[in-house]
Amino acid sequence: MPPVPSFDPVSVRAAFPILAAGAVPGMNGRRIHYLDNAASSQTPRPVLDALIRFETAERANVHRGVHRLAEAATAAFEGARAKVARHLNVTEQTIVFTSGTTMAINVVAGAFGDTLSAGDEIVISELEHHGNIVPWHLLARRRGVVVKALPVTAEGLIETAALERVVTKRCRLIALAHVSNVTGAVLDLAPVRAAAGAVGAQLLLDGAQRTPHGPVDLPALGCDFYAFSGHKMFAPHGIGVLWARPELLEAMPPFLGGGGMIERVTLTETSFARPPRRFEAGTPPIGPAIGLGAAVDWIAGIDWAAATEHEKQLTQRMLDGLAAIKGLRVIGPTGLQGRIGVVSFVLDGAHPHDVAQVLDAHDVACRGGHHCAQPLHERFGVNGSTRASLAPYNDAEDVDALLGGIADAVAKLA
Amino acid sequence: MSDELYQKAITAHAKAAVGAGRLDRADSAATIDNPLCGDRVTMEVKLDRGRIAALAHEVRGCVLCRAAASVIGRHAQGLTRAEAQAIDTALRGMLGGGDPPSWPDLAAFRPVARHKSRHECVMLPFDALVKALEAAGPAAAGAGPAAKR
Repeated sequence: MPPVPSFDPVSVRAAFPILAAGAVPGMNGRRIHYLDNAASSQTPRPVLDALIRFETAERANVHRGVHRLAEAATAAFEGARAKVARHLNVTEQTIVFTSGTTMAINVVAGAFGDTLSAGDEIVISELEHHGNIVPWHLLARRRGVVVKALPVTAEGLIETAALERVVTKRCRLIALAHVSNVTGAVLDLAPVRAAAGAVGAQLLLDGAQRTPHGPVDLPALGCDFYAFSGHKMFAPHGIGVLWARPELLEAMPPFLGGGGMIERVTLTETSFARPPRRFEAGTPPIGPAIGLGAAVDWIAGIDWAAATEHEKQLTQRMLDGLAAIKGLRVIGPTGLQGRIGVVSFVLDGAHPHDVAQVLDAHDVACRGGHHCAQPLHERFGVNGSTRASLAPYNDAEDVDALLGGIADAVAKLA
Repeated sequence: MSDELYQKAITAHAKAAVGAGRLDRADSAATIDNPLCGDRVTMEVKLDRGRIAALAHEVRGCVLCRAAASVIGRHAQGLTRAEAQAIDTALRGMLGGGDPPSWPDLAAFRPVARHKSRHECVMLPFDALVKALEAAGPAAAGAGPAAKR
């Protein structure tokens, strides 16, 4: 595998303390081969430094106090919002901090969903994460909306040819994964955008798996809502973002009520703050938000053209290695076209939990299970799969450790 | 680490799959899912005066889950609901660091105690058995004279 000029995963890895040899207790000085990035990525030193700085020199609640710590905390928190907005090429007022992707989608289901009527339709797909299925099921119970799903092809792609049949004039929202958390397939956006536009439906993209793989130019995507999590993109757990077109945010009622999201409260009524704070009831996750700001700064420092090429090479190495294992089947695209470095597979006669357990003995961290995508696994006739997912700090050694571990799993289990 | 979980005793139980299949006419049955991994166990029982006369299970699960179901298939004949509940409780206790239950085969699962994320894999068939016996209602409540095990 020829190295990609200007990209060195080892120097990228050096910024991540947990990935250093001996960092993880019980590994006798070895380093972990961390390939569970689609679940949670690791956190680089600049993000940890930002968290420590907040906790040791700026910690206070935001927006309410006048003392110096409150001022510093508010400046750092709103500064993070500005960084995230710049990262996505949008305005600060359109960035709503949430606890993660799931909460961001629940905000849309709760607030935008409140404007829907019985019989209105929401279109999702068979490959969605439960976080982009269950909120719509709950909305269906509350308001009588109808949830419909686009099928998935044998290659693990959303069948866009079905859009014409599934998306009707009653469709008010199409909500799809920008990138599948199981197959790594990237959504073919143009036909979806056209289908939404044709019936005046809004388009929500679940960006949880896309945002860790380089900056996203939101206006260029042409969607109406975008949701993602910090913890999959090198930031702390407990922070996420809902972005929405400003006119949608202005028109939506609040989802949760409480402190921070109001304009005026009397004993009989409440008027609400303008977005984004209308959707941020209660004390927000201040430290994690500041960490997310540091993470987008860190991401901005990566040469993503080179990092993407590096990821493609590793993905190819992984796909080639997996293809050579008898009885192993990749769920989803088997080539590099239209996918990122998230690869799931099933091994005849071996349960994904057992495979992941054997991989752990080889110092390889992978995910076994349904990855919160039971309908997709049902589509492929399995109850789970084993998933390896890449980040810029991974290298050929990690992939080779994975392949070696799978060979051992075959010997032990299959 | 994986070696202790996939030791011969456990893989042999999983391979043996004692009791795997369905009963012709079950008196009671229960299906339990593990929401974390999507595994599913169906346990069927036929009862005679409050004791298990026959048992069958269908397992969609990992080695640990299949092995645990097979141990049930080997030992559950003649068990009352209270005895099944007691084994279930004792097994959970062993996974929490306590002593093994009275069935010697269950001692093989002792290394699972160190892997909290795998406890439910072992417990799923036992919980399904208890649920099936509970679902049988009064038929499983009052036990007659102990049948030969």
